[in-house]
Amino acid sequence: MGDWLEQNGPLLGLALLDGIASAALIFMVAVGLNLVFGVLRVLNVAHGSLFAIGAYAAASLGLFLASAGLPAWASLPALLLAALLVGVVLGPLIERVLLRRIYGEEPVLQLLVTFALFMILEDAQKLVWGVQPVSFSTPVSLLGTVDVPFGADVIPYNTYQVILLPAVAVATLVGLALFLRRTLTGRVILAVTTDREAATAMGIDARRVYLLTFTCGAVLAALGGALSAPTSSLVPGIGASTIVLSFAVVATAGLGQIEGAALTALLIGIGRSVAVTFMPELEVVVPYLIMVAVLLVRPQGLFGVAETRRV
Amino acid sequence: MLPSATLTRRGALLAGFGSVLLPASLSAQAPAQRPSELKIGITTFLSGPASVFGVPGRNAAEMLAEEINREGGIGGVPVRLFFVDEAPGVDHLVGEFRRLAQNERVDVMFASISSGSCLACTPLAEELRKVTLLWDCGTQRIFEERRYQYAFRTQANATPEILAPLLYLLKNRPDFRTLAVVNQDYAWGRDSWEIWKTGMDALKPGVRVVAELFPRFGATDFSAEITRLLALRPDVVLSTSWGGELDTFIRQAAERRLFERSTFVLPLAESSLERVGRTLPAGHIVGSRGDHWHQHPRPANPQALSRFVEGYRRRFNAYPIYPTYHMAQAFSALRAAYAKAIQANGGNWPSDAQLAAAFPNLEFDSPTARMRIREDGQGLEPQLIGTTVHNDRLPFAVLDNMVVFPPEMVTAPVGQNSVAWLKTLSADMVGRVPDPIRATG
Repeated sequence: MGDWLEQNGPLLGLALLDGIASAALIFMVAVGLNLVFGVLRVLNVAHGSLFAIGAYAAASLGLFLASAGLPAWASLPALLLAALLVGVVLGPLIERVLLRRIYGEEPVLQLLVTFALFMILEDAQKLVWGVQPVSFSTPVSLLGTVDVPFGADVIPYNTYQVILLPAVAVATLVGLALFLRRTLTGRVILAVTTDREAATAMGIDARRVYLLTFTCGAVLAALGGALSAPTSSLVPGIGASTIVLSFAVVATAGLGQIEGAALTALLIGIGRSVAVTFMPELEVVVPYLIMVAVLLVRPQGLFGVAETRRV
Repeated sequence: MLPSATLTRRGALLAGFGSVLLPASLSAQAPAQRPSELKIGITTFLSGPASVFGVPGRNAAEMLAEEINREGGIGGVPVRLFFVDEAPGVDHLVGEFRRLAQNERVDVMFASISSGSCLACTPLAEELRKVTLLWDCGTQRIFEERRYQYAFRTQANATPEILAPLLYLLKNRPDFRTLAVVNQDYAWGRDSWEIWKTGMDALKPGVRVVAELFPRFGATDFSAEITRLLALRPDVVLSTSWGGELDTFIRQAAERRLFERSTFVLPLAESSLERVGRTLPAGHIVGSRGDHWHQHPRPANPQALSRFVEGYRRRFNAYPIYPTYHMAQAFSALRAAYAKAIQANGGNWPSDAQLAAAFPNLEFDSPTARMRIREDGQGLEPQLIGTTVHNDRLPFAVLDNMVVFPPEMVTAPVGQNSVAWLKTLSADMVGRVPDPIRATG
């Protein structure tokens, strides 16, 4: 083991760096899905669409600002602005028009309805942005690269990916934790998460909490998309691949667990990059191997609590 | 007593079968009527990641159909198109193929982009006796594993599309010692690697493959793969990826200066050049799944190429990419086949069987070459490979030092399995690679 580490330590270090960068984006998307499920108890398949629309909107806004002659640094706040616009417009719209009607329905029906919404939004994306890949890499170019020593060599990394994305993810995690535990609104959300009936009986307006939570989740999904836009070309279907991975994170973390989502995103991100480095054939299955391993030992997820079922 | 009262059970059965079968057999023998319109069913990706190819293919089909109809149609009959989305999967596609053939009574089918779709549709073409042109899919297996009477391919297959860039690399960078591959983790990514590896082992034994990376299909982040390649410093990086994934891989690799450390071979990158702009640096090897390139140095018909390129650009605000040329080839082959079949039928409209009989050894024109369909149904299409350069006229990399490989050189002969044939190749083949052609202007 010692010999292996001595030989492969530098490579492992690089893999950890890649894993952390990858985990940051995974977390941003999965935490919104987890938050929504924790409060609304609706597994929202259309979360992937909000991610995709956030990404497309950020790219469009960034390209528009560039064409208007604004300086390159304006592309960074544009990412946040696009995510806020998408989340604040689409979140309440979806919650009020659609989800509010199905809160009391069977989970299968809820899944079907959000899946239908996902399909509609996929087509809407094609109508608006077409099918050709859309790219917007100004923020990545703006921040340049950092050289990481690797023996006598150096490995260039994008500053955007290894510094900015993890920083935003940590800020989101800390901000969400503080919001939920230190503010009245956050505590109200936690109360509804813990026991909806009791919270409602105490006079909490659950419908308002649902609206607020879903909007937060939508903003987080769109922010995940917006932050991913500068690193990848956007094509039809990006929402679908994102939602599958997010489900794996949510199931592994424990439904409704924010810190769990952060830890699981780290596990999956690092697991995938270590696999690429040492056993590339396992890369595709690593997230699901981690999920299966965790669920075999803790069926309620890493941070989930076992619930008694009412009969 | 009426005669029917004495009808035996055997007689009744014969009468029953006769009433069903006789009209069918008569119609098979009767000369086909010239239809009021020629219905063409086209399966292509209209959604999902592969719609980056499927939608340009549909765009080209609509543009070409309008052009054909303006000129009086095929054999005097206007064409009408029916599109089917391949994205929902093979089961859906097979159902739609049957619906188009049996309910809509299309005259011809064009199928498909995905090799899986083609593998499913081709036996169906045979079962329904419906002429089917494989217009874009790449798998070489179809005509190597079985003979078909109603299915024909109007372009090349994966073997020449991969062997040509390999030969180009061996001719231009003969001293490379190490190689890494980054392909999408699905049939095309794996099959194209098998073709490359088999050919490379035969033509240049001893090349060390330092990494075989197959990121999941639809991946949006290649950071870990790029880190691995930066650390390994292979002489050559091969990627047969396409669409948004190839664009992303090129961008992420360029941002991290991987292009400065390795020579890239990208057999499908012609379709990404305009989108990635100048991100793709000079000095890397690019293919085009055929010999189509809007700046082809020696097209067979320069006016036709210019008309097609400019017509497409005007209408869709982008340069045409390889699926659009493949669609043009399918239409061109169909026109040539109808002309041949009508002539063979004494000027009368051909039946499905007569039309199918016109395809083996059919010659037809693409904007860039004179093409032929072999007796086994496989199309012979030249392969154009070049090296990227930048110029002042276009905001993206273009090709220079282009080699146009004759199809007979890089396609497995009739009746031979591609992988078995590749194993028989020897290094002297590299010496037969045609001379490169410099870009004009």
